[in-house]
Amino acid sequence: MGADKLTLGGREFTSRLFTGTGKFADKAMIPEMLAASGSEMITVALRRVDAEAGADNILKYIPPAVTLLPNTSGARTADEAVRIARIARAAGCGDFIKIEVITDQKYLMPDNWETLQATETLAAEGFVVLPYVMPDLTLAKRLEDAGAAAVMPLGSPIGSNQGLKTRDIIALLIECCRVPVVVDAGIGRPSHAADAMEMGADAVLVNTAIATAQDPQAMGKAFAMAVKAGRMAYLAQMGEVKATAEASSPLTGFLH
Amino acid sequence: MSFTQLLDRYADFDFDGFWQSRTDAHVRRCLAKPSLAPLDFLTLLSPAAGDHLETMAQKARSLTIQHFGRTIQLYIPLYISNYCNSECIYCGFNRRHTITRRKLTLDEIDIEARKIAQTGMRHVLVLTGEAPKVTPIDYLVAAVEILKRYFTSISIEIFPMETDEYAQLQKAGVDGITIYQEVYDPEVYAQVHLAGRKTDYRFRIEAPARGAEAGFRWVNIGALLGLADPRKEAFRTGLHAHYLTHRYLETEISISMPRINPAEGGYQPDFLLDDRTFVQILTAFRLFLPRAGIPISTRERAVFRDRLMHLGATRLSAGSRTDVGGYTDLEGSHCQQFEISDERSVAEMAAAIKSGGLQPVYKDWELF
Repeated sequence: MGADKLTLGGREFTSRLFTGTGKFADKAMIPEMLAASGSEMITVALRRVDAEAGADNILKYIPPAVTLLPNTSGARTADEAVRIARIARAAGCGDFIKIEVITDQKYLMPDNWETLQATETLAAEGFVVLPYVMPDLTLAKRLEDAGAAAVMPLGSPIGSNQGLKTRDIIALLIECCRVPVVVDAGIGRPSHAADAMEMGADAVLVNTAIATAQDPQAMGKAFAMAVKAGRMAYLAQMGEVKATAEASSPLTGFLH
Repeated sequence: MSFTQLLDRYADFDFDGFWQSRTDAHVRRCLAKPSLAPLDFLTLLSPAAGDHLETMAQKARSLTIQHFGRTIQLYIPLYISNYCNSECIYCGFNRRHTITRRKLTLDEIDIEARKIAQTGMRHVLVLTGEAPKVTPIDYLVAAVEILKRYFTSISIEIFPMETDEYAQLQKAGVDGITIYQEVYDPEVYAQVHLAGRKTDYRFRIEAPARGAEAGFRWVNIGALLGLADPRKEAFRTGLHAHYLTHRYLETEISISMPRINPAEGGYQPDFLLDDRTFVQILTAFRLFLPRAGIPISTRERAVFRDRLMHLGATRLSAGSRTDVGGYTDLEGSHCQQFEISDERSVAEMAAAIKSGGLQPVYKDWELF
């Protein structure tokens, strides 16, 4: 288990729990949550980054050892996402980029078509592209071909805490994708995260459930434990689920 | 279908009869639903729902935290002109009022903007009266060019425009518009808007849809509560927001609930909206439209706003002046559009938000 690391964009990650910076009651909670959860990658909306805010700049709250995953929240077209990604890189936020293109403000569904276009452009420019998408196998394969470093299918609408409503399609992605599958959005409880990891997801990204908890530090830790448990169970290869009972001491066992 | 057509369906609706027929059981059923239809929203505005205010408040708080996090967005208004051709009997800028009329020069806008930006504010709301010849598009575009140097998000609260005019402002860098119908009841509308383009009820009511079509990211609507029955006005406002939310999926729709304050001219509203009913309306909005932003301006008292930030409000203004040139005491300022009830500075407001266990957010967008 010690060598079970996730590689993304040439970097190795021990923790398979990715976190986010939004929705916290106080930005000072972010480093505390990161320390408690052991999360090594955190996403930040560039729209919220204010270089002129000095000590209050949200980037100052992220320890240097944690990989920054800027996101294009607020983009409504591929062009906007590309512009935001370039600004993020120019501002020193690194090469990682989570593409988020949303044209529906009610359910915040990602626009897969615009996301694919942005992925093609940004991967060609050397970004480590993590596209946030509505799970779709054909699209996932196209994203791979376009150079995506991972695919990030949603479990359910952002912030909804509903868990893996799209689990059957996510299972197809896990089965068929060459790049890591990171389940993003909708994971409301540690058990949802464990569920995704048991299915074989490579990582999960959790923000709302941690940031809006009464105690984000403790919730971050709870998620980290669930992710570890789910991953360990996946690697240990769980027994199959059957419709019928199967005796622990079978009657015909003596015939072996 | 336009919103006017939708609203017409309720023209003969017996609101009072419907509310009288609502019982505790109706209200409880609505509160148990995962999403609400317009008549459920109307039920939550009923006197019967007033007995369930705590439950509504708890649900409103939880939905707000889920969708917006433990945060409050800050913004500040900037009045650049108080010239007005309209005769709105409740407004300080009414053309009949003999106040000093003032329009900021571009240099003065720069001076005011620089002063405001020093407070840390990054989102600005630009306001004018309704005098398109005094503040034409060219002037507004030039103002936006200056404001872009100091702010990351610029929205406008001016007179209603045609779609192509809105599109010009959007292209210039305006993110969003605030346009209040003021009053949805057409009869009252005619009684309180006596002159100018503003007498055109229909042109105004379709303005938010034109704004969405023009590509603004945010469209903020509202009724000036006190001009007509506040519960009915709240219903029509909610219905309007619901219509826009579904019709224009790309646009973030938000709802203000400005409550009439004394303005120049001493207008006394026909309907007084008490705090309890105000909170019932606010929480009903949140339950009906969980993702809608709800700004609360400094029309409301400090002590009340400190409570509202836990009941569904998502944006608060601070350090506001409602007179032209007020931030830098330019000559001719001091004629307010309305009286401010919360005079806290930006820093004081941010401290109050923090002490309420929430994060003040100064920047949530920039022109990418």
